Amino acid sequence: MSTGARLLVSTLLAGALLIGAAEARSVKWARSGDSLTLDPHAQNEGPTHALAHHIYEPLIIRDNQGKPLPALAVSWMITSDPTVWEFKLREGVKFHDGTPFTADDVIFSYDRARQPTSDMKSLLSSIDALIKVDDHTLQIKTKGPNPLLPANLTDLFIMSKAWAEKNNATKVQDFKNKEENYAVRNANGTGPFVLISREPDVKTVMRRNESYWGKGQVPLEITELVYTPIKADATRIAALLSGEVDFVQDVPVQDIQRLQGDDKLRVAVGPENRSIFLGMNVGDPELKTSNIKGKNPFADKRVRHAINMAVNRQAIQRVVMRGQSIPTGIIAPPGVNGYTKDLDVIPPNDAAKAKAMLAEAGYPDGFSVTFHCPNDRYVNDEAICQAVVGQLAQIGIKANLVSQSKSIHFPLIQKNEADFYLLGWGVPTFDSHYIFTFLYHTKTDKEGGWNGTRYSNPEIDAMTVGLTKETDLNKRNQTIAQMWKVLQDQTIYIPIHVQTLAYAMKPDLEIPVDISNQPKLKFVKIKK
Amino acid sequence: MVAYALRSLAQAILVLLAVGLIAFSMFRFVGDPVANLVGQEASQADRRELTQRLGLDDPFIVQFGRFVADVAQGELGMSYRHGRKVSDLIAEKLPATVELAFLSALFATVAGIVLGVFTAIRRNGWLTHVIMTASLAGVSLPTFLIGIGLIYLFAVELRWLPSFGRGETVRIGWWSTGLLTESGRQSLIMPVLTLAFYQLTLIMRLVRAQMLETLRTDYVKFARARGLPEHRIHFKHALRNTLIPVVTVAGLQLGSVIAFAIVTESVFQWPGLGALFVQAVQFVDIPVMATYLLFVALVFVVVNLIVDLLYYALDPRLRAGRALAAK
Repeated sequence: MSTGARLLVSTLLAGALLIGAAEARSVKWARSGDSLTLDPHAQNEGPTHALAHHIYEPLIIRDNQGKPLPALAVSWMITSDPTVWEFKLREGVKFHDGTPFTADDVIFSYDRARQPTSDMKSLLSSIDALIKVDDHTLQIKTKGPNPLLPANLTDLFIMSKAWAEKNNATKVQDFKNKEENYAVRNANGTGPFVLISREPDVKTVMRRNESYWGKGQVPLEITELVYTPIKADATRIAALLSGEVDFVQDVPVQDIQRLQGDDKLRVAVGPENRSIFLGMNVGDPELKTSNIKGKNPFADKRVRHAINMAVNRQAIQRVVMRGQSIPTGIIAPPGVNGYTKDLDVIPPNDAAKAKAMLAEAGYPDGFSVTFHCPNDRYVNDEAICQAVVGQLAQIGIKANLVSQSKSIHFPLIQKNEADFYLLGWGVPTFDSHYIFTFLYHTKTDKEGGWNGTRYSNPEIDAMTVGLTKETDLNKRNQTIAQMWKVLQDQTIYIPIHVQTLAYAMKPDLEIPVDISNQPKLKFVKIKK
Repeated sequence: MVAYALRSLAQAILVLLAVGLIAFSMFRFVGDPVANLVGQEASQADRRELTQRLGLDDPFIVQFGRFVADVAQGELGMSYRHGRKVSDLIAEKLPATVELAFLSALFATVAGIVLGVFTAIRRNGWLTHVIMTASLAGVSLPTFLIGIGLIYLFAVELRWLPSFGRGETVRIGWWSTGLLTESGRQSLIMPVLTLAFYQLTLIMRLVRAQMLETLRTDYVKFARARGLPEHRIHFKHALRNTLIPVVTVAGLQLGSVIAFAIVTESVFQWPGLGALFVQAVQFVDIPVMATYLLFVALVFVVVNLIVDLLYYALDPRLRAGRALAAK
């Protein structure tokens, strides 16, 4: 072989190698916790859904700003009967095992998700009947009009009926059952990635679905996806710095600046659809944990306004969150229907005025109360509480901090056992109703489950229930605005901030922060 | 001997029951599993229903009784977190922990004895002073700091070793091993060093102290007087008599290494029992927590038993004592 020919061959070879390298891109994705199960209806939990979105698909997904996009449904609308929604399903879609996707699979999956042992059932509680019109048209009849139904379907994944029946996985995992459900560690969806192997808490390997329906519509440039949970913050960041993983979720706030300074890495920062706030027992005649007996200081609106003024959100943002939060004056995060800039008013931080208001309310020397705080749920949750304790001390309120695991903290709120507490709330439906029904509605068996404030206002309750039935969007939004006006004045909660998220990645990836913290990697383009 | 074994067995069962009882009485302070088992949309009624279905509203003695009855039938229950059998989970995670613990214990024992003997013989050498100073760090530095320090040096800066996980593993029956692959062996190095560090310094200091004492005894002096070569005195006579307490300590340490690899496993994302337990505590996964604690108790009971037996084998006086008593 002549030198020229040899050169040509090696150039060609090198070229082929380069193309090969550019085309096959394996992405190792790490975050702090693993998905709990691959069974798409067993757990209603963020990281579990985040992984499931890559293997399974719902009828409707959300983009990284929370905007609904068609997935397995191409269009949806309310029919002339206001209690019936009609969904046109995507044609030509195949599950990973090759079986075609039809309305039967949707009906099967929704029925499965409505079983008593399913954790997704409350999202579908308004459904009365599922009606197959033809293979690719589905009607959902609800108990009364439900304009919010599509917003509840974005994490409701569709399984193959045939596959579930064949593998005896038609029932959701029941913890009383002594056998493991096949769907816990196996999966067959329509999603952009196909499950290759799963070792819980170690790694889950997926490869690109070469016959994905969305090929050509989305980049889908990642050929292999390896999901590895790494619990310890320092180890997770070390794995990124050493190049062993490509993409890290749950970047601790203290590491963001350092990683931003590293030119071999890219850091994306953005708000999460979640606000952090304080709740107060406003309903009981007396606080169990206070030195004031015979009356409840939190029941006095002036006291709540004083606290709202005493909490220094800017200081918390600067010192506790190192700039990684958005101080807020309303517990509805921006982007949620009903949020407006006018409502999001942060009162000026003024300890002297707050102290005067306390005195006016009859508490010139302040009072003491136990302050409950989680220490393993939100970004720097315990540190936020410590800052609040210091700020309240300035106006004479002695908050005795009790920091506990979320497994102890949340039941206190659900069982009305905390007088003063910190809570965070995400709004997966992107509508204020979700906040009203869980956080403001009187606590009953069905509603107000997370309202630990004992706040009970029959008018607000009636309006909350009314929102679920009002199909006239203008009227509905007016009601929402009216409700927020009342609730903002009442100041049942003291909003602190909207939490922000940070993702860190290799520079050839560009993954924007997903507002629901469920990054969908089919949208990722690889920079060459 | 049969009577001894039966007595040990009865004691073991009592210990396990006591551990189970104490563990169960603690679980209520860990939290409510239902808080983690259902999503935020679940209604109060759903939560109550699940609490009843899992029997979590029963008095704790009833829950404990149910657990003991199940365990007696070999039924360890389902993990709340994984939706899988606890026995499967334990079997899956056990090889990782056992490999890590045995290699650590082996390394700590061998290196500890070698260094201990060396520092005893060369009592005032400069190297001895260096080793003794370094061992102080081993005793006093927390494990996670050592682990993170190693990760930043060998994984991030030098990029010689992987920072987390077990690497590729090979399955032999139900056992999975990392010893047969390159990445598996590399992944073992840092966790083994981290876990072994404390034990190593402990054993080294123990061997050194024992050895120094033995070297001052009369029979060593007589051996020297007889003109025996130094190496024979050190290794044949002195070392053997040094090892008896070392075996006890090393054996007991093996138990605690298996049981308390928790920190090392968490730092290195090592998929073993310790990491499983930490996650179970955070999730209030009662079946996994209870089984793990029983398992740890079992390990201690068995190791203690083995150490007792080894003691007889190593110390002729004990055998003689029993033989005399038998007469």
